[in-house]
Amino acid sequence: MSMAFYLAFKEVWRNKGRFALIAAVVALITVLVLFIAALAEGLASANREYIEKLNGELLVFQANTQLSTSASRIGRSRVAELRRVEGVEAVGQVGFSTAKLIPPDGGDEINIAFIGVEPGMPGEPEVFAGQQLARSRGNNVIVDEGVIARLGVQVGDLIRLKVTRGTREEFYDLTVVGLTDRRQYFFQPAVFAPIVTWDNIRADGGQPGGELVSNIAVIKLRNPDEIERMKRRIEAEVKDVEVADKKTAWEALPGYTAQQSTLSTQQFFTFFIGVLVVGGFFQIQTLQKVAQIGMLKAIGLSNWTVGLTAFAQIIIVNALGVAVGAAGTLALTANFPVTVPIVLTGATALAAVLALLAIGPLGGVVSVVALLRIEPLRALGMAQ
Amino acid sequence: MIGLEAINVTKIYGAGATAVTAVNAVSLGVRRGEFVALVGPSGSGKTTMLAMLAGLLRPSAGQIFIAGQDIGRMSETQRTRFRGRYIGFAFQSNNLVPYLTALENVELLLRLNGKLDRKGRERARELLVRLGLGERLHNRPNQLSGGQQQRVAIARALIHEPEVVLADEPTASLDTERAHQVVQTFAELIHEQNRAGIMVTHDLRMCRYVDRVIQMVDGHVSREIVERNEILRLAGALDSPDGGSEVALVHAETIGERRPRDDWRRSPAAVV
Repeated sequence: MSMAFYLAFKEVWRNKGRFALIAAVVALITVLVLFIAALAEGLASANREYIEKLNGELLVFQANTQLSTSASRIGRSRVAELRRVEGVEAVGQVGFSTAKLIPPDGGDEINIAFIGVEPGMPGEPEVFAGQQLARSRGNNVIVDEGVIARLGVQVGDLIRLKVTRGTREEFYDLTVVGLTDRRQYFFQPAVFAPIVTWDNIRADGGQPGGELVSNIAVIKLRNPDEIERMKRRIEAEVKDVEVADKKTAWEALPGYTAQQSTLSTQQFFTFFIGVLVVGGFFQIQTLQKVAQIGMLKAIGLSNWTVGLTAFAQIIIVNALGVAVGAAGTLALTANFPVTVPIVLTGATALAAVLALLAIGPLGGVVSVVALLRIEPLRALGMAQ
Repeated sequence: MIGLEAINVTKIYGAGATAVTAVNAVSLGVRRGEFVALVGPSGSGKTTMLAMLAGLLRPSAGQIFIAGQDIGRMSETQRTRFRGRYIGFAFQSNNLVPYLTALENVELLLRLNGKLDRKGRERARELLVRLGLGERLHNRPNQLSGGQQQRVAIARALIHEPEVVLADEPTASLDTERAHQVVQTFAELIHEQNRAGIMVTHDLRMCRYVDRVIQMVDGHVSREIVERNEILRLAGALDSPDGGSEVALVHAETIGERRPRDDWRRSPAAVV
């Protein structure tokens, strides 16, 4: 084994230029794959972040709305029914709408997701600074990191919201009482208001005397392991509702699945190109070395040693390329502003890097098999 | 002491109507400290014979003993390991590992046999110095001339103290002067280190450095020359001491004289 590593290392070291070139190609492929992965993750997060981080297990939609948050309507009475179902710990109404934030310095208006939540109920995000929302009424809001990054707001600051009602623009000044982590919804940073305040402010809300209607309800279960059973029970006991777990809910967001599958395809093809490039390089190298390998086998090197030498080289060069590419990508993405939808999480990066480390062995397997098949007699021109 | 012994070795390529007998019941033996040339025209079976003696090709029939073991009966893996331990090689070309220096190429066989200690390194260095490559120890093959490369190959063939040293046309890519230098040094080292050496060559001028010449024609041993003067005459060295006999080269292709196959057994230098 030491012989294989000795030969592998010597050949790579003494042909640095050639091997650096293929390592550079692997590095560029790594950058590309990681960027696509980060973009997929960034776009997915931008879409689903709020739903993913919900402090509940199930989302309740109006029946026959195909899990569309904008089409679904859940009224107060329905929520009361949900609360009576055995096994339900808590239910919170959540309403989605959009609005614009007016920066205090007079810059461009910012599109935000304006989300109504019930204080103390599932759906309200946990704050990392300041306080939770105290009452269902009142002009207090929680803002997420997307808003903080764009406006630089702090607890106690006033923010100005613009809503277009009919053709009229209305402005609302709200006090920031709490800050939460990134909770984007549908590519927009989020502002969370008490549900009644939300209903009064949102563009098409606030019908006087009517029932308080939200888009969905979020359920926290007494036993979070009983998701499937509870889903069936709720649908059986409460009329006209459809219940989904969080993953099903975000996958039903408009365009989410199509976007992710497009990016996955791109990622796969980049990966596949990588396998072909590395495979091609090592195959050409093998063809150039037929006589040399024949000589090595003739003087007593086993097939195992010859194969391991080639494999070790492939691993060294591939790992080097992946390491350089990954380090470069990490350095680049670390400095991206929060507004760019590129998110390289540890899990995404690790999965991509592990897949990229397989490029070499996958691409090189043909050349290693070719090496093993070299007959010393033929390679040395001694065959009859 | 016998270094190598082949008994009734036959090699048949193909089968049925297309079968070709490349080597037909050849027996030969080489003592330790003896250097033998295997000559003959193209297609005479000398390269096939060498390949079998080297354990690169399994005989169709017969036995080949090196260090007391019948290499024809070994598995592929066993033969590979055996080659690394008991056989030294110098080929016609593609002799050296291009990314290793001259010294590292020689040390490769010590490394393969687990003998690369301080003493081994010193021996490798001394052998290269002895071969006139003291200034070229750390040069890679592409920085060496053809003759220098061939001398490194010779050092590598001998460094691990093999039982048998084999050379296939070691002078094919060299000019006359370098060819003489290389084979002369090869012969000296084989004698000094007490190895059994066999060289396949088509250049009869190189026979002046060997102790015995075995001529093959059509897969048989046609003639064996042990008489010193006769060897020198074959090498074209008796009348013109500086060698360079053009006739000798041509002669190699036209040797047709046949003798009984086992004639060498009766010769005084024969060992079996």
